[in-house]
Amino acid sequence: MANVIRRQTLAARVSRLAVYSVLILAALFYLLPLAVMLMTSVKPLSEISAGTLLTLPQNPTLAPWTKAWGEACTGMRCDGVGGYFWNSFAIVIPAVLISTTIGALNGYALTKWRFKGSELVFALMLFGCFIPFQVVLLPMAQTLGWLGISSSRAGLVLVHVVFGIAFTTLFFRNFYVGIPNELVSAAKLDGAGFFRIFWRILLPVSTPIIVVSVIWQFTQIWNDFLFGVAFSAHNTQPVTVALNNLVNTSTGVREYNVDMAAAMIAALPTLVVYVLAGKYFVRGLTAGSVKG
Amino acid sequence: MKNTSTARAGHPAPRASTLSGWQAWLPRLVLAPSVAISLFFVYGFMLWTFILSLTSSRMLPSYDFVGFGQYARLMQNERWWVASTNLMIFGSLFVVICLVIGVLLAMLLDQKIRQEGALRTIYLYPMALSFIVTGVVWKWLLNPSLGIQAMVRSWGFESFRFDWLVDSDMVIYTLVIAAVWQASGFVMALFLAGLRGIDDSIIKAAQLDGASLPRVYWRVVMPCLRPVVFSAVMILAHIAIKSFDLVVALTGGGPGYASDLPATFMYAHAFNRAQIGLGSASAMLMLGGVLAILIPYLYSELRSRRHG
Repeated sequence: MANVIRRQTLAARVSRLAVYSVLILAALFYLLPLAVMLMTSVKPLSEISAGTLLTLPQNPTLAPWTKAWGEACTGMRCDGVGGYFWNSFAIVIPAVLISTTIGALNGYALTKWRFKGSELVFALMLFGCFIPFQVVLLPMAQTLGWLGISSSRAGLVLVHVVFGIAFTTLFFRNFYVGIPNELVSAAKLDGAGFFRIFWRILLPVSTPIIVVSVIWQFTQIWNDFLFGVAFSAHNTQPVTVALNNLVNTSTGVREYNVDMAAAMIAALPTLVVYVLAGKYFVRGLTAGSVKG
Repeated sequence: MKNTSTARAGHPAPRASTLSGWQAWLPRLVLAPSVAISLFFVYGFMLWTFILSLTSSRMLPSYDFVGFGQYARLMQNERWWVASTNLMIFGSLFVVICLVIGVLLAMLLDQKIRQEGALRTIYLYPMALSFIVTGVVWKWLLNPSLGIQAMVRSWGFESFRFDWLVDSDMVIYTLVIAAVWQASGFVMALFLAGLRGIDDSIIKAAQLDGASLPRVYWRVVMPCLRPVVFSAVMILAHIAIKSFDLVVALTGGGPGYASDLPATFMYAHAFNRAQIGLGSASAMLMLGGVLAILIPYLYSELRSRRHG
């Protein structure tokens, strides 16, 4: 009897060990590229050619980082990715704020002020989440030209707002649908108006969905490359475009450490957001895809 | 879409009839700009691209109609076939491998694991990165002269070969590796959320009946996860069709055009090769591909909602 129990616990232990091994191996698979990127970015070039990917840096240096930030060549110019890093912020911040505000008002109007056809309006807008953006690139280029904002940061803000409101509206609509209507009805009977009800009743409970929407839009727009490469000029490029140019500029010796430092710089803002607010990030990713 | 059904079943939103006319129109007024934007920038632009695809436009849009000539040219274009075939290979491997890894990791993580939160964070962080960053990193790892190949050789396996990045027959699989690295953790998160939503008592009952754990998962849990599989396939397929950045950063479409995908084909023709008509036709076919996935999805979604 005791023997049987011991055998069972042994089997249980072995399977437990197997489970943990697989999980840890998987963690290594996901972490290694980041570790290699970080290590490479602080190695001098001589160490890179002498060692391998996993050789620890012997004389860590921040020189590749300063070069990537301020001196490395991205295409024709050699002023690093620093300026483009701020470009990205200059595009992302207004685009996130505007698209989130519009999304919140849309979601509110669609759920608390339903009218004949409001479901149709929602379905109509939702489709914008799914189109491949290749199908809007050429008309967009021409429209931006007509508006006089082609190759400008304002143009990129417009593009990101236009194609972001489908997502933000979806987030807020699905969130506000779950907020009871009783309070809103009572306020309406008291004669409170559209904006007053939004400001006093809906907005105070909206913090979680605002965080989800801001994080989602921030990562989407920060990580965008297609619109950035299609609708920007030398001085208005976002950092993803500058990074790609830096890596593909083929003059002189390939400086892999500078490439990796630039990649880290481009990745840091979204990584920081993910580490600080991972829960909301996941919620944004899974919004509308998991039915409760 | 979590709460739609409860709202339907609950109280309908109050009608605005008690309010003055102006207040009743305000919600519509607030929605109007977004509807206008959507009609113009989404539907209008789709139509516009379709019209361009019927013209002989090259460097600049012209409206000299040639019927479906551009589509016929596309069908005879070898590079387009390479791109489409690549998408089939890349898309199916990407979706299947992500699903397998995602389900496996989610089920293992569901075994009351210590440090589950930390592991989940590690699995999911690549999804926060830009595909450009992912491409740059994997280009470095897969670089034959200094990357993984060189490392394994330095361990004494002199004949080890892993030069897919410069091999036109294998380069498409490097895209699969990098994309799986980026997105599989996300699929894990989807499945984990699905698993946590399943009632524990069903699993306990099956275990009391003497079913082994793998059997419980296969027979009891997996069927409950069917909607998650469906959503995951749909999202992953969508990512695959839109894949552009990853190709640009990792392979540049090369060697030659061996790793082209429709998205890079479209961009190259519309913006670099002065073939606006042909590029528009390829964009329309991409849209067709997305609709082919989307319409069955929406159909089943609406149907299940009506019945459930």
